[in-house]
Amino acid sequence: MRYIEPHAHMVSRTTDDYVAMVTAGCKAVCEPAFWAGFDRSSANGFYDYFCQLTDFEPKRSAKFGLPHYCWLCINPKEAEDIKLADEVIALIPEFLKNDTVLGIGEIGLNKNSRNEMNVLEKHVNLAAENNQLILVHTPHLEDKRKGTKLIVDVIKSDSRIDPGRVLIDHVEEHTAKYVMDAGFWGGLTLYPESKCTSARAIDILENFGSERLWMNSACDWGVSVPLSVPYAAQEMRRRGYGDDTIDRIFYRNPVEFLSQCPNFKLK
Amino acid sequence: MEPKKKHNTVELYFMEARAKLIDIAAFMDRVERDGYTEDFRYKAFKGALKALDSENRAQNVLMSFSDPTDELIPAATTKAACGAWPDKPQQ
Repeated sequence: MRYIEPHAHMVSRTTDDYVAMVTAGCKAVCEPAFWAGFDRSSANGFYDYFCQLTDFEPKRSAKFGLPHYCWLCINPKEAEDIKLADEVIALIPEFLKNDTVLGIGEIGLNKNSRNEMNVLEKHVNLAAENNQLILVHTPHLEDKRKGTKLIVDVIKSDSRIDPGRVLIDHVEEHTAKYVMDAGFWGGLTLYPESKCTSARAIDILENFGSERLWMNSACDWGVSVPLSVPYAAQEMRRRGYGDDTIDRIFYRNPVEFLSQCPNFKLK
Repeated sequence: MEPKKKHNTVELYFMEARAKLIDIAAFMDRVERDGYTEDFRYKAFKGALKALDSENRAQNVLMSFSDPTDELIPAATTKAACGAWPDKPQQ
């Protein structure tokens, strides 16, 4: 099979993971900027991180024949410090000139606070002013329903943003319909404990439609599985799906969304 | 979206679901044996079990654990989520 890994935090992974992904059929990996597991102490920390995402990591990935793309932002987990967020957002336009940057992400909300919303709106404005795709992180667990609704409503209210150029990630059974009905793309994240199992993700595709959904591993420094996307494809085969449907979900769907960014090119 | 060939869903998933159900039963026995039944997360867990009698069970279980309010909070005091809404009125 061939597939795209549309959301993976490869800076936290090993070269073994790159080998396994390429062996499983991965044709491109896309890495959103995220929280490192600790708060960075200054905007300089983000400058270095953006250099890592746009320069070092694509070179590391290329050693395994895997094209690497990235998204840039300050994660909502670090949005309570508005001054820091403003400094980081000011760094981003310079990095948007890099030819492996896909857009602004993963932005969004974490605990649904006023400061997080303030920073989300600044990111959305940055995307609008620079005609960038948007990748959105929705909150975890008990905060997801509320946060997803707040995010959908605020982005939908910005007439400059085409919902078809926005992917709202980590949808589950209670948020997928709200996202899809608003015209956005949705992402299903496959995690061993939180978010979705393969079986539930396939249920969501069956219940809410498969036209504007993709699956990702969102593998990072926590409990996560870099091969969860091809494992989900295997689960679809077990459930009786054919190669064409699997290719559409795991390859053609992400390619369709990501190709809206001229930087996304597959050989 | 439908599979080319429809398999027996029970045949595919029964053993896995059975194992998870026994794990849930053992978890509840363990919590009650160790005296943590007043923990708000356990209360939320027991409340969520009621959603198993509904039609859209997965959606309703998720909603049962969710913050039902729609207003932004003044500031985030933690980064982590705990899986159940702490402010839910205790029954």
